[in-house]
Order: sequence, then structure tokens, then C-alpha cells
Amino acid sequence: MKTIYFDNNATTKLAEEVFAEMQPYFCQLYGNPSSMHTFGGQVGNKIHQARQQVAKLLSCDSSEIIFTSGGTESDNAAIKGTLAAVPNKHKIITTRVEHPAVLTVCREMENYGYTVVELPVDKKGRLDMEQLESEIDDNTALITIMYANNETGAIFPIGKIAELAAEKGVIFHTDAVQAVGKIELDLRESNIDLLSLSGHKLHGPKGIGVLYVKKGTRISPFISGGHQELNRRAGTENVPGIIGLGKACEMAAENIKQENEKVKKLRDKLETALLKKCPDTMLNGNRENRLPNTTNISFEYIEGEAILLMLDKFGICASSGSACTSGSLEPSHVLRAMGVPFTAAHGSIRFSLSRYNTEEEVDYTIEKMPPIVKKLRELSPFVTK
Amino acid sequence: MWDYTEKVKDHFFNPRNVGEIKKPDGIGEVGSLACGDALKLTFKLDKNGKIADAKFKTFGCASAIATSSVLTEIIKGMTIEEAAKVTNKDIADYLGGLPEQKMHCSVMGREALEAAIENYRTGGKKKHLLKGKVVCTCFGVTEDEIETVIRENNLTTVEQVTNYCKAGGGCGGCKGEIEKIIQKIQGDKSKEIAPPKLRHAEKLTNIQKIQLIQQTINEEIRPALRAHGGNIELIDVEGNKVIVAFRGMCAQCKLTEFTMKDVVEAKLREFVAKELFVEEDIESANQPHNHRE
Repeated sequence: MKTIYFDNNATTKLAEEVFAEMQPYFCQLYGNPSSMHTFGGQVGNKIHQARQQVAKLLSCDSSEIIFTSGGTESDNAAIKGTLAAVPNKHKIITTRVEHPAVLTVCREMENYGYTVVELPVDKKGRLDMEQLESEIDDNTALITIMYANNETGAIFPIGKIAELAAEKGVIFHTDAVQAVGKIELDLRESNIDLLSLSGHKLHGPKGIGVLYVKKGTRISPFISGGHQELNRRAGTENVPGIIGLGKACEMAAENIKQENEKVKKLRDKLETALLKKCPDTMLNGNRENRLPNTTNISFEYIEGEAILLMLDKFGICASSGSACTSGSLEPSHVLRAMGVPFTAAHGSIRFSLSRYNTEEEVDYTIEKMPPIVKKLRELSPFVTK
Repeated sequence: MWDYTEKVKDHFFNPRNVGEIKKPDGIGEVGSLACGDALKLTFKLDKNGKIADAKFKTFGCASAIATSSVLTEIIKGMTIEEAAKVTNKDIADYLGGLPEQKMHCSVMGREALEAAIENYRTGGKKKHLLKGKVVCTCFGVTEDEIETVIRENNLTTVEQVTNYCKAGGGCGGCKGEIEKIIQKIQGDKSKEIAPPKLRHAEKLTNIQKIQLIQQTINEEIRPALRAHGGNIELIDVEGNKVIVAFRGMCAQCKLTEFTMKDVVEAKLREFVAKELFVEEDIESANQPHNHRE
């Protein structure tokens, strides 16, 4: 059975070109980039190149790139590293819809005497900028707000938020794991101080990520024990990972526009057809200001895990915000923060596409989904007919 | 991805006895949309008093649908007395087992059956009512239900109870109470397994005392408040006076019966020192709270 992969916000296929680039660095060019000999040194040059490739995608300087083990480490480092560097301030501003890699870390900091303000969002997942502004005070050490939401694809006005933070002299971090490669960034022109990205969300390898640190931003080292990454992140480099990420960034930079157009077209076709063909459905989030690849649809009266398993039978991969799929008993915190009713949250399905999806796959899913919804509704005690 | 048995998958993809019996002898409805699963069970008896037909309608995940489906298969041909003896374990065993975190699906099946039998015995008049005190307000689970799953499945930890009936899986505010119920039923058995708890020491230095207060707030108080949209901050400690501030409160939490101050004070006295008393920070006290109305 063919796999139809619509779960690209969870992880993506490693691009063949990226794999080819990485391959020599396992068994042949395995030297340590810190070594004095040519054998290791040539690896160091390749890492330098990868750093430039990443910097080009972000439009920043390569000295501002710190390689990490992934988005989660970058988020941890940004938050804890900033707070350690600004010991006299004790307030963090974030949102209720952050990824756990940010939200959990912030809440953990409460245990050390920090105050955490979690800004609410409206029905469409939007922030109230005035409220944000009113929360910033002299005690605020850090504002951390995601660039784009992983569940709904909602894009936040990061440019404006960064500007506001800069005006008030507060450090601003954004978790851009879902945005990089899908939205064009120009960090040289922006006031973003810190930005997290993850390799495997943009067709790069897993286990590699970046924390962008704007020149002049104070941040404490987060892993000590070596001189690597300007003493900020010690440990021998994940060489194949870094090289793969560099290539993935290069590919993203080259194709971002046309890919977005193509992916958006497919996403829109899928979304429009599902909303039309399946009764009692609703779109979660904002139609505007959204990642081109993401759609989140609620199917009333039925439960997400059941839908996913039925889709799985046809090789279609998606994800759900239902309680049963989260490993906890509560449905998605993002949808709940948006005020999506419990009923709709339990029946929410996220489709997230990529450049590798085809129109045939979309058509196939449009054909398979309505009977699945119908079948499960026949089982549901909440459908009375 | 869940590790479901072939039997679970079979009953999920090909559910038996779907629907509703018209003019049934017994109806049982449990769960709700908000909880994430719900089951409506109907059955009809033959002239010998045996269950001739049973049908179900279920909202929920694959294991909820599969357990409902096998439930109807199990009870067909049984007398009411026989059916009344079916346990959640019987249902789970019939499926070749369920993942631990999904055991609550089998409990929902047993509860629907119980409700349907009760409905039959009371002549179809009485609706299934919750018996006993509600312990878990997030999922509406009563003390009786918790006791039943502990007894029937020989449970010894709060985590297991959550897996079997959801109690404690929301805000977690009732975990202490669940622990007490486990201890009451299982006695010494649970003590061996129970995780070590914070204990108050005889003599604390000021630094130790403040650290323990902070730790108690972090571990015992904040999680429950958070789940209800609230929060607490430790402002200062002066001798035995603990000054705290409350942030953003919810309107509907269980704690409305008390003032927040009393709850915090009780926890701190339990875990830190009996002499402690709590005062609310003036700035925080001036903000409107739902709890004081």
C-alpha cells in the first residue's frame, strides 16, 4: 500500500538530495572538525558551509547560528539562557498556544519564582496586541511567542511583536520550527533576538536544530564542556546532521515561493472539498495569515483517533487534537485555548502537506474521507436520524 | 500509535450490533461528548428472561467502539443476573487485552451495562444516576465507581485508577483523595508501592522552611489551580506568615467551597509546619476573584 503522508508538521521526509550530501560523513569523512589534521579540518570547512547555508535562508550572519540537537533544545536554551543572563527580571510573557517545548519550560520556571503570563487567543487563534503591550513592564525578562502554530498553522505578527519588545528593551524569542522553510524570513531587518528551528521539519534530518542568536544578545551558555559553537553549546558537532540541515536550508531557500504556491493549492483543494463533502464540519483557526500547508478541520460527533485509524487503513497519515491521541485525557490545549468546543476538539483532524504531496493523493483522500465520516457517525449516539 | 490486538481492530473496523433497539427492555447511557467518549446500550429480553438482542451506539476512539461491540456479543443469551456479573475485566479479556491507558473504555462498557440493567429493573422509569460523592470533577467520577475499578482490577496506584476510569486525569486535584480510597481498600498493599511523599521534618532552618514552602506550592498546590485557569505565587515568608498572591481564577472549580487561602494553608500545614498561616498579598487581594463571592 502506498503511504500518503499528510503529517508534515510532525516530521517530514528527508530529501534525497540532503541524504546524498550527508552520506560521506558517516563512514568516509568521519573526522572531528576540531582536529588539527587535514582529515578533520575538511569537515570543519563543510560545517562552515552549512552554517552559511542556514544563514542565507534566515538572512542573517553565519556567526549568529548555533547548532543544537533540535527545536526543543533550542527553545530550552533560549528561555533558560536568557533568564540566566538577565537575573534581575522575573517575568516571562508567552501564549497559551505554544508548543510544549516552550510552554512546559516557562511553567517550570514558575517553580523558581518567575511569573509567567500566558496570553489568550481569540476564536481564530489571534493574539490581542494591546494586551501584549500592557503586560510588558520593567520586570519582564523575556517574551517568547511562536512564529506559526503547529496545530492550526496560524501565523502570529512576529515582526510587530519583535518591534514592540525592542522598544521596551525586552528580549524576544520565537519558536519558528513550523515557519522556517515555509515563510520567508529576513532576520537582519527584524528585531527578533532569538529564533528556534528544527531540521526535520524542513526535509532535513532529525536530531539537529538551530538557535539563532542576534549579535549582541545576552544569553548564558547552555551546555558546557567544550569550546564548540562559540562556547555556548559544547559537544562534538553532529556533523552529518549539520551538513544535512545546511543542504535542506539551501533547498528551502531556492524553492520557497513556488513550493508554497503548489502546496497551498493542494491544501486549499483538500480543505474546500472536505468541508463541502462532509456535513457538520468546521475549519479551526484563521483562513488568512496561515501556513500554506496546514489545515485543521473538526468533524462533529465523532472522535479523532477513530478517524485516524480508518484513514490509516488507506495509508493516509494525519493527526488529531483529540484526547485519545494526545496520550492524556484532555484534548488539544491549542484548540481549547481558541474556545473550540470539546465536541469539535475531540473530532479535529490536522492535515499538513509538503512539496512531496501530489494532486492524486489529495483526490484520493477527498474520495476516502466522506465514507469514513459517515460510517463513524452511524455509530455515534449523538447523531439522531 | 496504540498497540491494539487483532480482535480490537476487528471489532473496530467491523463492529457488531450497531444501532438502537426500538422499545427496548433496558437502556443504558454513559459518558458525554465533553469526556471524549459516550456509549448508549439497548437490549431486549426473550420470553425466558434471557437477553435476545443487544445494540450499541458509541462516540469514541477505536477501543471504545471495539469494547462496545464485544459487550453486545458477550451479553447476548445471558439472563439479567448473569449479565449483572460481567466485569470490565471480562470485556477487556474477551478482546485479548487493551493498552493500560485504554482500560477506561472497558469500564465504560460495564457502566453502560449496569445502567441498562438498572433501567430494566426499575421498569424503564429511572435514569442512571451517579451514586455517591463525586471525587473527580473534571470527568465526573464518583467514589463508588473508583472503588469498583480498584476492587475488580486490583489496582494499587493513582495512575492505574486514571487509566481505568479517568479519575485524576484532568486537573489532578483529586489525586490525594484517590490515594486515600486506594489505601482504604488495598491497605498495606498500596503502601509498599505508594511513591514517597513530602514529609515535614522536626526542625527546619529558615532556608529549609522557605524551600519546602516553595516546593509544596509547586507540587501540591499550583497544578490543581493551573488546571482551573488560576495560579499562585509565593511573595514572602515572615516567620510563620506565608504571603502569597493569586492570579487569574476560574469560576467553576471545586475549590469554590473554600476560600483559596484556607486550601493553601491546609496544604502548607500538612506538608511543612503546623504553625504556618497564609496571608494574601494586598495587591492581589484587591483584584476581583470569583471565589470570594
